[in-house]
Order: sequence, then C-alpha cells, then structure tokens
Amino acid sequence: MTPIIQLDNVSYSYPVSEDWILKNVSLDIKKGSFVSIVGNNGSGKTTLCNILRGFIPHFHKGDLEGAIKLDGTDMSEYQLGQLGEKIGFVFQNPFTQISGVKDTVFEEVAYGLENLGVPVEDIYERVEEVLSLVKIQNLREKNPFELSGGQRQRVALASIIVMDPDILVIDEPSSQLDPIGTEHVFEIIRLMKERGKTIILVEHKMDLVAEYSDELIVLDKGEVLIQGPTRDVLASDVFNKAQIQYPHVTEIALELQKQGVPLNFLPIRDSEITTCFENDRGNK
Amino acid sequence: MTHLQLKDVSFTYPDGTSAVEHLSLDVPSGQRVAIIGQNGAGKTTAVKLMNGLLRPTSGDVLVGDWDTKTKTTAQISRKVGYVFQNPDDQIFHNEVMSEVRFGPKNMGFDEEKTEEITNWAMDLCGVSEYADENPYNMPYSTRKFVTIASVIAMDPDIIILDEPTAGQDKIGLALLSTLLSELEKLGKTVITITHDMEFVTEHFERIIVMANRRVIADDKAANIFYQHDILEESMLKPPAVARMASLLGLPNGILHKEELVDYLKQQLLLGGNV
Repeated sequence: MTPIIQLDNVSYSYPVSEDWILKNVSLDIKKGSFVSIVGNNGSGKTTLCNILRGFIPHFHKGDLEGAIKLDGTDMSEYQLGQLGEKIGFVFQNPFTQISGVKDTVFEEVAYGLENLGVPVEDIYERVEEVLSLVKIQNLREKNPFELSGGQRQRVALASIIVMDPDILVIDEPSSQLDPIGTEHVFEIIRLMKERGKTIILVEHKMDLVAEYSDELIVLDKGEVLIQGPTRDVLASDVFNKAQIQYPHVTEIALELQKQGVPLNFLPIRDSEITTCFENDRGNK
Repeated sequence: MTHLQLKDVSFTYPDGTSAVEHLSLDVPSGQRVAIIGQNGAGKTTAVKLMNGLLRPTSGDVLVGDWDTKTKTTAQISRKVGYVFQNPDDQIFHNEVMSEVRFGPKNMGFDEEKTEEITNWAMDLCGVSEYADENPYNMPYSTRKFVTIASVIAMDPDIIILDEPTAGQDKIGLALLSTLLSELEKLGKTVITITHDMEFVTEHFERIIVMANRRVIADDKAANIFYQHDILEESMLKPPAVARMASLLGLPNGILHKEELVDYLKQQLLLGGNV
C-alpha cells in the first residue's frame, strides 16, 4: 500500500517554547490502514496529531524541521480549507469541538457541510444518515450544550464523519463514554475503515487499540520508539520498556510466561486467552 | 467527619426531564464508593445533589446534620467538594498554583495553612512541578489533576470525583490510586464516578450501579460483575479479568489479575485440570 502521509525526520517546538516536543520523527501512514498512536501523557501524541492534520504549520507556528507529505505533496502547499476536506479531526475534548453557533444537534452536524458548500438537499440526506449511524437521532432537536459528555462525544464524531474526509484523525473518542458506548464508537470507526478511510487514532484503552488497529506507533518523550504491526509491537522489548499499559489479556499472559508457563503466541485480544497456552487445559 | 445521606431523593430539571428517581443512599464517613452506569443513567445529577449544586425536587439530602435545602452551595462546599467532569468548567486562573490556592484562601484559612495545604494538594496530585504553568498549556489529563488538587486543598470531608479516569494513562491511574489511599488515611469519604471497570474492581469495595435514573445495585464487585441481570439492565461490561475467566469457563467470582494468574498457573503448570 502507498503511504498517504509520510513524515521524514520531523522535529517541532511550539512558539515561545525552547523544548522540542517532537524529535526526529519519521513514519509512514498507509492509505486505508488503521493506525493507533500510543504513549503516555506528555509524549507528544496530540502534537503529532496536529502535524498529521496540517494544523502545524498552518495554524500553530513555531519551529518545524523535516518533511511532511500528504498524498506525495508537501503539507505546506495545501490551503487549510483543502485540508479540512481531506482530513477530519475529532477533538479529544468534545466540549471544545462543539461550534457554539448552532442551536440544535442537527444543525451542528450540518455545519461542516454548509461550510463546504454542499447543496441543501444533500445536507439533509447526509446528516440523517450520520445521525442514525451514530445513534443520536433522538438528540436532533437538543441544544449541543445541554448534552452529557458522552452524548457530546457522539455529536463531535458525527459532525466530522458527515464531511466524508479521506483521513480521520481521532483523539480519544471515547474518554467520556461508558463501555458499551465505547464499543459502539469503535464499531463506527471500523466501518469508516471498511469504507476505505485511513484512520489515525490516539487512545489509552489498550484492549480496544489491540482489537482494532493494524499498526501501532509508540511515542515516548517526543520520539517514535517503534512503528509496526500491532502484535509485533506489543511483543517487542521496546514496548515493554516504555511503561505503557498492555491490553489486559497480554499483561496476564506475559505474567504467566514470566512464571514459567509456555505460550503458543502472545495474545492481544480477549478471545485469544483460550488458545494462547501450550498446555491443553483440558477444555476441548 | 461527615455522614452523607440521601433519603428518597428525586430530581427533575426545569424542562421537565426527570434525572434521578427515589434515590436512597447512606455513605458513612471515610468510605470509598464508586458509582458506575451508562451515560445518562443519572450519575452526575446524583452527585451534584450531594454538594448542593442541585436541590432535590423531593426527598432530603443530609450532609452531616445539614439539610442541603436550608444551606447555600457555598456553605455545603466546605464539607463536600466536587471535582467537575470537564476540567475546563472549573479552571479559571492562569497559573496552576493560584488555581489550587483559590479554594483554601476563600475558606478563610490563615496564610500558613493555605500555603501548606496548597503545596500538599499539588504534591499529592503530581502537579507541583507545573506550579507556575498555565493549566491550559497542559494535557487534559493533567488539567484534571489540577482540578482535583484545587478541591482537596479546601479540605472537605467528602470528595466527589466525576470521571477522574477519563483519558488517564498508566501513570495517571497509578497516581489516582495513591491519591485514594492517602485520602482514605485522612478519613475522607471519596465518591467516584467512572467508566473504568478495571479501576473499580482494583480500588473499590462498595459499588453503586445506576441505570435509568435509579440505583439498581449497591454491593461488592463480586456480587455485581457476575450478576447477569444487573449487567444487562445497566448495560455494563464486566472487567477484563471477569471476561477472560468466563471465556475460559472458570468458576464465578474471579475479578483480580493476581487471582486469574494464580488460578491459571495452578492449572497449567501443576497438572492440567483443577
């Protein structure tokens, strides 16, 4: 697969700051892949998202070194408006994303399409489709500011996917959601991938990261420690040393391995707990 | 030491939406309680009733011997501190230290106590090194710790944390765990709303499950996460360990990682079937 985004030796520091928040970051995001960026807080994940969606250098100035390519063209050659059509960004904090200029959820979700100049009848159709996809039809007449955190998080996701961007950059889409709501949001993201979108996700819930991602990028103190297929990365020593949460099943298997239990393979999904041990446990 | 009681409390928002119905709860001083349940179950409304941000439409909320209906929110906030779900609803200073100091200063503590408790709270919440930073330059998860520090610095007997686990990494969760034990040592009551079922089973003895505006269970973790009717009604997912145990067909009741590891080790190393 061809990379849709390429970073080559990218370093960045925010204006008035002397610290490099990202240091010599090189990575490829393949078209149509589901890539998760993991790392502890302060490792530079949100800054990396800002670069991947072109917000750096278009909005945040500061010092930027290295090359950033989107579809083979240098990121700085795009207009911010063009990027808005190509890349959708779902904010970490849904309280920040809500526009504040619309009185109902329906209008809020339609807002992006209005700005893109989409014909009115198409807007109605697309908003309806997304409201039902994200299961917020019942909220359509509500004021976005009267919603709970979890409800706002769904509205925030809906108002981005309705614009149908090629790339979705999603920063912790489920932090305010209950477990079932979280699963549902991940199912929607998976559906977006099936429709050919490239997904770039920041998330701490490692069970879900392992379940859904093709690849992981591990960040630590502004540097990429490793990028690769999810299972390979989780099995690497580099990941182990990074002090990042493992998926629960992986943590348990690794603990048992340490205590002398042989493994067939390293499990990363709950369901693999039944087949990952060498010894037949006797339940056929 | 403050005993908290909710007696048949219902609350309806001005637009007629009922958010909490017939809620009765008794939280003795110094207890650690988790409130779990789906989005929209009424959790945040329930805790806002506890510190007087909302007054019951019917029923009584007693904070010690105070009926919240007869006191101002400012008075109640001396005894019950509420850390907002969204830190941005709470923070209004340009520096972490002045944000944390605001509460104790307004409590009328003398200078020495104000300094002391501000520093203590910042230390406990791991934000001392950012004392002069603007909270809005910090990640969401760290801002959350700034708001926790601001509330515990007021030294209330009862502390309510609304989704402190949201967006926290491994380090943040470990910090919360230390924070809970320190507050317990001081005899504080801590009531926590969270969606993190692993965090709940590791840190809370008493769990209150809310669904559809009501409390549907008030029990120990083992009695909740293996009860299908409760899980179904509240649409909760059991914690990872319980999910794995049931995939493996192990007996009910296993909830902690160590239990599962020990059990499997027995089975796999010491003779297959148990």
